[in-house]
Amino acid sequence: MPHRKVGVGFSNVGRAVVDGVWRMGFATRFFVMTLLGSGDSFRRFGLTIREIYFSGVLSLIIILVSGLFVGMVLGLQGYETLQKYGSESALGTLVALSLVRELGPVLAALLFASRAGSAITAEIGLMKATEQLAAMEMMAVDPISRVVAPRFWAGVISMPLLAAMFSAVGVFGGYLVGVVFIGVDAGSFWSQMQAAVDFRQDIVSGVIKSVVFGIAVTAIALFEGYDAPPTAEGVSHATTRTVVTSALAVLGLDFILTAFMFRGI
Amino acid sequence: MTSWKQPDVPTENLVEINNLTFAYGKRAILKGINMVMPRGKVVAVMGLSGCGKTTTLRLIGGSLKPTAGSVKVAGHEVAELDREGLYRLRRKMGMLFQFGALFTDLSVFENVAFQMREQTDLPESVVRDLVLMKLDAVGLRGAHSLMPSELSGGMARRVALARAVALDPMLIMYDEPFAGLDPISLSVIGNLIRRLNDALGATSIVVTHDIQESLKIVDYVYFMSDGVVVAEGTAEEIKASTLPYVHQFVWGEIDGPVSFHYPRAPYSQDLRLEAGHAA
Amino acid sequence: MERTTLDLWVGVFVVMGLVALAVLGFKVGNLGTYDSSNTYTLYGEFDNIGGLKIKAPVKSSGVVVGRVSEINFDSKKFVAHVEVRLDGRYQFPKDTSAAILTSGLLGEQYIGLEAGGDPVNLKGGDKFKLTQSAVVLENLIGQMIYGKAAEGEDKAAKQTK
Repeated sequence: MPHRKVGVGFSNVGRAVVDGVWRMGFATRFFVMTLLGSGDSFRRFGLTIREIYFSGVLSLIIILVSGLFVGMVLGLQGYETLQKYGSESALGTLVALSLVRELGPVLAALLFASRAGSAITAEIGLMKATEQLAAMEMMAVDPISRVVAPRFWAGVISMPLLAAMFSAVGVFGGYLVGVVFIGVDAGSFWSQMQAAVDFRQDIVSGVIKSVVFGIAVTAIALFEGYDAPPTAEGVSHATTRTVVTSALAVLGLDFILTAFMFRGI
Repeated sequence: MTSWKQPDVPTENLVEINNLTFAYGKRAILKGINMVMPRGKVVAVMGLSGCGKTTTLRLIGGSLKPTAGSVKVAGHEVAELDREGLYRLRRKMGMLFQFGALFTDLSVFENVAFQMREQTDLPESVVRDLVLMKLDAVGLRGAHSLMPSELSGGMARRVALARAVALDPMLIMYDEPFAGLDPISLSVIGNLIRRLNDALGATSIVVTHDIQESLKIVDYVYFMSDGVVVAEGTAEEIKASTLPYVHQFVWGEIDGPVSFHYPRAPYSQDLRLEAGHAA
Repeated sequence: MERTTLDLWVGVFVVMGLVALAVLGFKVGNLGTYDSSNTYTLYGEFDNIGGLKIKAPVKSSGVVVGRVSEINFDSKKFVAHVEVRLDGRYQFPKDTSAAILTSGLLGEQYIGLEAGGDPVNLKGGDKFKLTQSAVVLENLIGQMIYGKAAEGEDKAAKQTK
């Protein structure tokens, strides 16, 4: 009977929604507990430093290489379009503003989620599956303070640094293609850029964005790992979910932040 | 909430479990069990997978809160301890998890030293001596710089044991310590469980389904099935028991109260002989 | 705690990040030239500001001497009230005119100041006496069409004589 199947379909959706809301509530509580348990991340800064190495330093290569390529492509595509209006000298402005306002924070966050975020999820999920977190609890050591919070702060600290490096290398990439290869005037490249890129409006906004993205991506990665079912399959699904959810969150937050920050302009 | 400031009650039974009930939502795991673990003894909790043994350990350790009933350790009701009280209780408990649960990013030495470094202010030189002593007790002092990934299953289990007794706990809990070990390691672990218990004057609870090894070393056995205690007694009494479930378990009989066959339709129906067609 | 190679790499990482930020700030952006301390404010009234935006540059002889700080609508006089903040190093005579001009083809609009000859200078809070509104494209086209039409009528009138 078809109507019965439709009924089952609805109840499945309903259950999924309730489950999703429940999960979100748990995730919020988890986030608050992470913040509350952050004392040790700073008192014993060595823990956080170690995590900055694993999340930030090891993401350097992919960030720098990607930034360079993105900047170079911006240079190419930008020149292609601008020269139709005789405005090649605006290339520097185009490359710099695109990177600093949007592409730097967003792409760096997406790359970070793929590389460091998934690694965090897998690590925490595995620690949970092999009962390492339970063992820590039994030894009266709070796993959130010791394992989760340092990784959180490492992500929040690393993200803006990575985004800045992405943008800086990207601008260099645009310079490489535009000025060195194609022959746009170096002087106008830099001077128009400097006139157009405002520190407070553009660069600080970009930094704020990357901090927000850092919080979102790291929190998602940690939660997915912590909540993963303690099986190989569960951990692998959680890793995928981290990358997907982070991507959606970053893009959604980007829209909201951009609307707030660049409304007047 | 009782605070830890109330002193330990010098009871004869370190752990007392009364009518303990625990359920996950509608699913009942423990249906009112009673157990006592006297001081200084090694007690085994046996049964098939899913009968509630590990849940009992978790309730004793305070990771779970009972739905009804009471769990008392050294006279303190575990579920009513505040955070500080639970924290102090756990400093006096050691637990060996199934397959070891060593911290994979720390070396053997650092694993054993973990609790000392986190919980005490002992200077590094003292920590070093203590760690090496504990490792020596389990026969692995020479392996102290190895990483967990470089250890065999039996060695990892022994390191986890050394880690569990790092702070000389009064209660040591073992979750399936014999699972997946070769005969030599089995013997070694069994031996260590007994010797450490007696040397430390501690009380040990061993959750297992390994009959051979455990009956050699334990003083008392509780048999669980489906969330209730179905039998208890000393090792001899259990071996001689005529209760069908216990007998089948102890002697490894293929069929009995725990049926060989998963519930099924009649054979003839499955093979479609009823309809009169040629097979 | 002992220092480990880990710490070294993390230190390098953090330094690189801060350097990138500094490069972005000074070389890419305008942090170095941002002089927000010594400024004074003037204002002007325009019939039509066109596409002028806040933070648009104020130039004289092509050199940036300030920025547009506020744009408001005066509902009593029905004109646009534009405030500009000028760098304190530059003083302008009282009869300086302010015009809204377009820079380049892609047209970011800015305010151009044409200095007058008055020996007395404008001081903070003063108003530009002469202003020129932005050129509105539609009006320009309308004028051109009207001009052509008028020319055509003149010609026709001459021919019928």
